[in-house]
Amino acid sequence: MTLVKTKIGRRAFIRNTGLAGGGLVLGFNWLASCKMTPEQVRSLPKEWFELNGFLKVGDNGLVTIMSPNPEIGQNVKTAMPMIIAEELDVAWKDVIVEQAPLNTTIFTRQLAGGSQSIRQGWESLRMAGATARHMLKEAAAQAWQVPFSEITTKEGQLMHEASGKSAGFGEMASAATGIEVPEEVELKENTNFSIIGTDIKNVDGEKIVTGKPLFGLDVQREGMLTAMIVHPPAFGMKYKGMNAESVKSMPGIKDVFHFEVYPEDTEKQWSDGGGIPELVAIVGNSTWECMQAKKALEVEWQEDSKLESTAYHDEALTALLEKAPEQPARKDGDVEAAFKKAAKIVESTYSAPYLAHNTMEPMNFFAHVTPEKAELLGPIQTPEFLELTLASRLGMPVEKIDVMMTRMGGGFGRRLYGTFAVEAAVISQKMNAPIKLVYTREDDMTQGTYRPAYKVKYKAGLDEKGNLIAWHVRGAGTNDDLIFENRFPAGAVDNYLAEKHSLQTNVTTGAWRAPRSNFIAGAEQAFMDEVAEASGKDPIEFRLELFDRAINNPVGEPETNDYDPERYAGVLKLVKEKSNWTSNANGKSRGVSAYYCHNSYVAQVLDLEDGDGMPKVGKVWCAVDCGIVVNPLSAKNQVEGGIVDGIGHATYSALSFKDGKPEQSNFDRYRLIRNTEAPKEIETFFVDNGIDPTGLGEPSLPPIVGALANALYKATGRRHYSQPFINERPPLVG
Amino acid sequence: MATYTLNINGKKQEVDVDPSTPILWVLRDHLSLVGTKYGCGIAQCGACTIHLDGKATRSCVLPVSSIGEQKITTIEGLSENGDHPVQKAWLEVDVPQCGYCQAGQIMTASALLESNPNPSDEEIENAMNGNICRCGTYLRIRKAVKMAAKS
Repeated sequence: MTLVKTKIGRRAFIRNTGLAGGGLVLGFNWLASCKMTPEQVRSLPKEWFELNGFLKVGDNGLVTIMSPNPEIGQNVKTAMPMIIAEELDVAWKDVIVEQAPLNTTIFTRQLAGGSQSIRQGWESLRMAGATARHMLKEAAAQAWQVPFSEITTKEGQLMHEASGKSAGFGEMASAATGIEVPEEVELKENTNFSIIGTDIKNVDGEKIVTGKPLFGLDVQREGMLTAMIVHPPAFGMKYKGMNAESVKSMPGIKDVFHFEVYPEDTEKQWSDGGGIPELVAIVGNSTWECMQAKKALEVEWQEDSKLESTAYHDEALTALLEKAPEQPARKDGDVEAAFKKAAKIVESTYSAPYLAHNTMEPMNFFAHVTPEKAELLGPIQTPEFLELTLASRLGMPVEKIDVMMTRMGGGFGRRLYGTFAVEAAVISQKMNAPIKLVYTREDDMTQGTYRPAYKVKYKAGLDEKGNLIAWHVRGAGTNDDLIFENRFPAGAVDNYLAEKHSLQTNVTTGAWRAPRSNFIAGAEQAFMDEVAEASGKDPIEFRLELFDRAINNPVGEPETNDYDPERYAGVLKLVKEKSNWTSNANGKSRGVSAYYCHNSYVAQVLDLEDGDGMPKVGKVWCAVDCGIVVNPLSAKNQVEGGIVDGIGHATYSALSFKDGKPEQSNFDRYRLIRNTEAPKEIETFFVDNGIDPTGLGEPSLPPIVGALANALYKATGRRHYSQPFINERPPLVG
Repeated sequence: MATYTLNINGKKQEVDVDPSTPILWVLRDHLSLVGTKYGCGIAQCGACTIHLDGKATRSCVLPVSSIGEQKITTIEGLSENGDHPVQKAWLEVDVPQCGYCQAGQIMTASALLESNPNPSDEEIENAMNGNICRCGTYLRIRKAVKMAAKS
């Protein structure tokens, strides 16, 4: 066992000994609170979030473990309690999992984002379990008058071998509440894990398959009204006026009013990004009645700023790629000189459109705001920030605001931006009634915080022997500068130049599953394939040579290169082996790709099969190094989901604009991948290295776009540069 | 407004609503049967799938006035104890990620197996193609449908 300092201000422990049944309750708040900026959310600093655990031991031995973080389908509601249960040494069958409420006194970092819940929570969650186990052991030692060191635990039992005494955790729980919180705790060796590393099914599975109310949209309360919003039809427009009277008399309609979501004096958090300052609210008895009134209501809008179209975004991004920014993001050696002496030069430009998040559950939130208090309940990835905005907007101290999280029907970054919850609260306050705000699918799709549109230009130089001697990348995005200058191949090329631009637009953007990586990985890995081909080398061998360079003789200080080349090469070698890689395999068109993001390494090989005249995705092999895999079953689910998501969006999805107005507003024109279009098979392999776990909700998505692009080239003989691939003419995929 | 007597999950239920109200909102808002989900409102995503006389039907575009005597089954009524073979297979395979679309997926799958107890891979994929899963659980959906078909 490893002895670990609990790193705890012990006064930060909250003990509640007043539980019915004499249970033991421990709260954890190890680290000081920190506020995140959008930049931090995107750039994933090493020490980003704090984490908390919370558990109750019942006198019958059952253990309730609170899952502190929001659940958006990444399965932390199962995985985080597994880590606590492991160190507590309780049998999983004796664990009850509950979603913790937002409680900034007990918990910190209650956030779903950046694939960081497990990574950031790992040590704290383990200590949460281990500390409780320590106190139970101490209670037993005192009760039995035996040395602490002679007490052992197993699956919820305390044992003293010499005297033959034993007791369940439940029997010692009450006494344990009187034990001083230890300054040091023992953590298990990885080899002794009995829960971590096993397949545990989704703790909400039964509720999901039987249709139990779990999601924000399912919330119903006595006297609750339904609310909908009407927002400007185009980015760049704002409210001018309306005639609400005829609509107010429609059946079931209680009120129609214009309101300011964010008056100027509102102290906004980064999570309010994308919020529309003024909206119209429709409040009524039922959803359908509100929908009917929404259709009938005529609102006048006026132009507030430029009405932008996709053609404009495209031209402006292209223009940005033509010029060098004032400062490079990173510069090693002399690329210009290297290009002059290069034997071969490869140049390509890649682009991708805006994407909507399109969580299957549209935005919604329940709010009941009275002069005394505010109760909020719904799907939110950033509850703590929501509470702060509400305090400012409602003019209420945070102590009087209660934010609770429901399971979320998808997140993908959309629910980082809780403007809809603020809207719900403001409407409830105005109505002095409990309300549930519901966005229609159209509302959801046409006022998003979208994945930005991107464009990137690559240029590579090879010497006579096909060695990469120069690499120049210049990227631009809408409200986003796209480039991670210290990621691969930075550090593996002598002459390297990374440059980035951001195009300011009034179309609101934000984090979308694997921000920036979701585009740049595919572009980079497709370009890498072109360069490998020009070098005359096998695409995997070409990459491995670069990793060898980064391992043995890195350019720049190794710590400035934002990846570990050995782990990177490791997943590539693993996928090579598992897929029996040869570049012209068995008549099938294959592509390979590898990428590092969210602290994890992923390499993939994708086979295309002949469809009806067009290629279809066959099998995907995926190698992942995310350190210790807490729950292999759901880890594979995450990996599969990311692969399907990546293939789907790169192939089929786009959000375009005409005069500021989104041209797609529902799934009839916005195409998402469907069952027949998903890969035939996905096989996932995890590197077993015992390293502390890293992110998994996002990393499998970015590289698959490159693997698909590279396989498509093999199938069609054409490189493709513009997403979605389905729009390429002649079509590449069906 | 008009009164309708509906046969839902084997029980008669009376509602007083506008005739144009889609059955989805009757279920969710008026009868508190919220297992049937709203996803798009235009019959494109399948989240709202119910059985109408045993056939998989999109409830978001189906006015209550058009139901008549037809029997409605929702996810809440698919089985008494959540033990329909499709539900059991869904748990065994650990299909759901976020879980929001899964009630609709299960209703489509169970209607498929009712009419075609031994579907081919292609028949499964085609039958499930109308149900979008944003989390990308499609491979496990196929596997679970096959497992349910065998049981």
